[in-house]
Amino acid sequence: MNSHPEQIIAINRLSKEFTTGAGNTFLAVDSVSLQIPRNSFTCIVGPSGCGKSTILRIAAGLEKSSSGTVQYNGNQVSKPCAEIGLVFQEYSLFPWLSVLDNVASGPEFAGVDKDKRYKDAEHYIRMVNMIDFKDAYPHELSGGMRQRVAIARALANEPDVLLMDEPFGALDAHTRILLQKELLKVWEMTRKTIVLVTHSVDEAVYLADRIVIMSSRPGRIHKVLDVDMDRPRSRAIPEFGKLTDHILKELEH
Amino acid sequence: MAPALLAVIWIALAREIGNEVILPGIEQVSRIVLHPTEDLISMGSLAGNVLVSLVRVIMGYTLAALVAIPLGVAMGYYGVIFKFFNGFLNLFRPIPPLAWVPLVMAWFGISSLATASGIETGQIYIYLDNIKFAMLFIIFIGAFYPILTSTIHGVRNVNKTFIDSARVLGANERQIFRKVLLPAAMPSIITGMRIGLGIAWMCLVSAEMLPGSLSGIGYMITHAFTLASTDIVIAGMISIGAVGALMDAGFRHIEHKYFSWRRQAN
Ligand SMILES: Nc1ncnc2c1ncn2[C@@H]1O[C@H](COP(=O)(O)OP(=O)(O)OP(=O)(O)O)[C@@H](O)[C@H]1O
Ligand SMILES: [Mg+2]
Repeated sequence: MNSHPEQIIAINRLSKEFTTGAGNTFLAVDSVSLQIPRNSFTCIVGPSGCGKSTILRIAAGLEKSSSGTVQYNGNQVSKPCAEIGLVFQEYSLFPWLSVLDNVASGPEFAGVDKDKRYKDAEHYIRMVNMIDFKDAYPHELSGGMRQRVAIARALANEPDVLLMDEPFGALDAHTRILLQKELLKVWEMTRKTIVLVTHSVDEAVYLADRIVIMSSRPGRIHKVLDVDMDRPRSRAIPEFGKLTDHILKELEH
Repeated sequence: MAPALLAVIWIALAREIGNEVILPGIEQVSRIVLHPTEDLISMGSLAGNVLVSLVRVIMGYTLAALVAIPLGVAMGYYGVIFKFFNGFLNLFRPIPPLAWVPLVMAWFGISSLATASGIETGQIYIYLDNIKFAMLFIIFIGAFYPILTSTIHGVRNVNKTFIDSARVLGANERQIFRKVLLPAAMPSIITGMRIGLGIAWMCLVSAEMLPGSLSGIGYMITHAFTLASTDIVIAGMISIGAVGALMDAGFRHIEHKYFSWRRQAN
């Protein structure tokens, strides 16, 4: 029933309770259901603390749900798997490895031999325009460069689904817009399924096929909107502004 | 600047005091330091004694590292092992290495590697007899705690996101341990090793004051004191300082060269 072939990810009545330090439990995610169509670009927006990261972590298999399931191609996700990649909200590159070794680390874990994994890694490093820095170490890179590398590292594992948790959250406006453009290119090139969490409504309207608006306390899906604009989208057209405005209003609820 | 100032004060004071048992002249001390292979009255050369001390420290220290690092990694990684050992180890931690001396003497006396290996004559005997168990023990205790503590700290404080990233990328437990946990904890382990080596070197003098010790820089200093050769005492102290600083610089170089990423990470 939940395994429509065109729905690559199916989230069914997912709930997550956390126990606070004081010993009380509270509901961070309350019965969230969401279908993610194959090759789609979904953005999730919502106030801080509404459970966006929690949902992605459960979908990536890093955390267990309290109830409900996440299915990938009809199979329940219970632990991390190579088909589902995750780009973290916070700094996550291995600081002791070069860019090349970072990007090649997924294939290394999988036992791919050195020549092949470096060749593939270079391909993805090129894709995110970082080839000139392949021998650099993360601490030598700017925030935007690090996120590019983090995206390349996730891609090099050749996942089907790429979950991204505020990947551009810490970047300045200019770099952010640049990386959004690049991400769209990567998405068009690789035709992955992307689920991207963001605080920025502008970012969601620029990128997504579909925008999921969440509300907090407890974290619920408030509304799901389809975005029907041709790409590349211009922020100057009235439609863009109208939709942005509309979503901002919805978020106030 | 500071060394020059110190030298000026030294020269002035030495002239003022005019007693070479209290403060020998700077030229007298530098002559010993600058000719380290020269034989000093009945106790071998400065370089020879430094070398003996170095061998002792390296042996005791290596033993300490070999025990403390695996134990620290296990304690940092497994809560059960941490709980099992921690209370016990904390009980002994506050005891200064020097306070172990009487007990260590009761246990080991003047037995040495020579005693253990059964060699009783020849040049090899002399070498082996220089390495007393009691000394190794004191040096071991000195190095053990800093290495253990930093290793536990390093393993426990590995950024969770690194481990989650590796998991998402498909790493199994073994790979997480070897490719993420250990490299992430390594800077902290190396810092512990540097501090441990410094303390082991400081414990040396107390170890070499133990009965049965007839060589080593600590022995040289105490023996020179009984002969009122303050110049040798000071030359010995300078050597201890110089060797300690060199070892520290070596470790700092490693930290800087291989772990410069640590400054920005986390
Ligand atoms: N491991 C945890 N233990 C206890 N509470 C947690 C844990 N992880 C998350 N929470 C809580 O669950 C709620 C949802 O957290 P989550 O990180 O998913 O929010 P978010 O929507 O990603 O927020 P942000 O936009 O600020 O990143 C928050 O109130 C948070 O404090
Ligand atoms: Mg979050």
